Amino acid sequence: MAEHVTGEGRIAATFAAAAAERRAALVIYLTTGWPSPEATLRLVPALEEAGADLVELGVPFSDPIADGPIIQRASYRALQQSVTPRRCVELVAQLRAGGVRLPLILMGYYNPILAWGVRECVGACREAGVDGLIVPDLPPEEAGELWGATRGHGLALVPLVAPNTPQARLARIAERARGFLYLVSRPGTTGLRDRLPEGLADYVARARRASRLPLALGFGISNPAQAREAARLADGIVIGSAIVERAAQGPDAVAGFVRELRAAVAREG
Amino acid sequence: MQPKPMLETRTLPDARGYFGAYGGRFVPETLIAPLDELAAAYAEAQADAGFRRELEHLLQTYAGRPTPLYLARRLTAHAGGARIYLKREDLAHTGAHKINNTLGQGLLARRMGKRRVIAETGAGQHGVATATVCALLGLECTVYMGTADMARQAPNVERMRLLGAEVRGVDGGSRTLKDAINEALRDWASTYEDTYYLLGSALGPHPYPLMVRDLQSCIGREARDQILAAEGRLPDVAIACVGGGSNAIGLFHVFRDDPVALVGVEAGGQGIDTGRHAARFADPHRGRPGVLHGTRSYLLQDEHGQVAETFSISAGLDYPAVGPEHAYLRELGRVRYTWVRDDEALAAFRLLARVEGIIPALESAHAVAEALKVAATMDAGSVVLVNLSGRGDKDLAHVSSLSKGVQREAADG
Ligand SMILES: Cc1ncc(COP(=O)(O)O)c(C=O)c1O
Repeated sequence: MAEHVTGEGRIAATFAAAAAERRAALVIYLTTGWPSPEATLRLVPALEEAGADLVELGVPFSDPIADGPIIQRASYRALQQSVTPRRCVELVAQLRAGGVRLPLILMGYYNPILAWGVRECVGACREAGVDGLIVPDLPPEEAGELWGATRGHGLALVPLVAPNTPQARLARIAERARGFLYLVSRPGTTGLRDRLPEGLADYVARARRASRLPLALGFGISNPAQAREAARLADGIVIGSAIVERAAQGPDAVAGFVRELRAAVAREG
Repeated sequence: MQPKPMLETRTLPDARGYFGAYGGRFVPETLIAPLDELAAAYAEAQADAGFRRELEHLLQTYAGRPTPLYLARRLTAHAGGARIYLKREDLAHTGAHKINNTLGQGLLARRMGKRRVIAETGAGQHGVATATVCALLGLECTVYMGTADMARQAPNVERMRLLGAEVRGVDGGSRTLKDAINEALRDWASTYEDTYYLLGSALGPHPYPLMVRDLQSCIGREARDQILAAEGRLPDVAIACVGGGSNAIGLFHVFRDDPVALVGVEAGGQGIDTGRHAARFADPHRGRPGVLHGTRSYLLQDEHGQVAETFSISAGLDYPAVGPEHAYLRELGRVRYTWVRDDEALAAFRLLARVEGIIPALESAHAVAEALKVAATMDAGSVVLVNLSGRGDKDLAHVSSLSKGVQREAADG
């Protein structure tokens, strides 16, 4: 991957590289600042080393309505340690200074971005080495300001679609998407689940018809077996709660789990 | 105040659910389709005379509408100024205005073919009104309630259970209304196919602020007719407490084009400068436009955009955001928003019990306290209308535990 590539370009190159290896990209979600800001600085390089392709850093928020209990709790603890959006962006800058090269995407709710100032926040993200943003409570109808602010900056604004998104709407969302399209695997919140939902193949096929961008499946993918199944369908898979649950056990435990996941996303044959 | 005509307010919200810069739909994508389904079903129901007739019939024969308008003579004498009228929502079935909204949305849920209803509750009044309507219509009911609120509104928890509802305690965050809404939204995101989310105030994503306003406007329509019949004129001032803003918007909406001054009363808690309050419009540092629970409105928050902890003696006003239409009405200057402290509300609670034999909800006591202040500045020819949004039975245990606490502190001190 070229040294100077950042933002959307870095995300595209990462998905392309995974595809060239005939596998799905492995996207790992961490709640920033959980179990501590220092732990985040150790965890991300360990994830990169273990084979994660892209890292989503969750920005803690007081009212995370799209999240289940594991990420809620991590978010709450991180807030108690004053992990503000600015601190998250500073941590990204520190990670970059420490040599982390994989794409880093901030995933956070809209109000902290508004409170910071949409343009200021985007500018700081860009400068720190953030490659994209995911805002789970910002549907396209409300995303005009953030879309405008990220556009000139090469920062990818990655939209989410859901299984109940009608096809015409899916096409509209896909048209404006940059980086990749995030397919929420099932209705509901993040969290651990016993099995993947029904009808995933049809859902992914619907998204394919609407977009040429890479498709990443997330929400509820909990273990290597589920990762293997999802990786057969999509260009990337996102693992969140299962990682956050292990984050307190330290970088080695998380890295071991990520190696298992990485082996699982390789498409055999 | 001589308000200007507000023609534009009549057509709002716009198609995207905006009142000026406030409102909208800031929700995860999974909730967009259910909200579209809801908006379409509501528009259809509104256009159906049969639906309106059934609602009207239940409001009369089941909820006890129209509620009376009462001239509070001894309260008027106590204030020493304008004549004070109370719109008696406390006499509606289940003891508050909340039933107006739950009957309408309950009928809508049934019409949409949903078998289960979920709701959030703060004071427990909306939870009780939802559980009641679910019992009436044979729908399954789950109510989310912060565990802090369950403790201070215990009688309502018992009532909901007696009515057949499941009450789920919410232990996250501040363990109050806002956390109950978070949990209800999370539930709905995975259950919308057979579940109706019956939101209890004029807040949340479009179409809730519109729908709740419509369903609560019976308060204003009746009050307007009643005051014209009693006084042969409109009131000079109309006053309501503002939690999420449903009882207030139900009153204000009807008077918006009339030469009537409108006053919304927020929870001042222990005082604005203590930071322990829920007055979104009164705190210049923490009360700013922001996004919570799917809508853009005034929101109490810290400098980093984290939602602030709120504080009020009344669980029903203890909420960090306010319905988006109120933010708009304030910006227009059409409604004056003010606040009343806990101790003032408590004094009004006791006063109304003593001089009128009416025990108000602590929420409504905020409006009464403001009415006393306003009436005292006016002459005897003036008329003040107060929305008495609910009765205080639910608050008795909480109030007596407070006064015992005060006695203990005094004894210890
Ligand atoms: C009696 C009463 N009044 C007022 C409120 C505040 O709600 P709103 O502002 O939606 O009328 C509540 C809420 O629980 C209530 O129970």
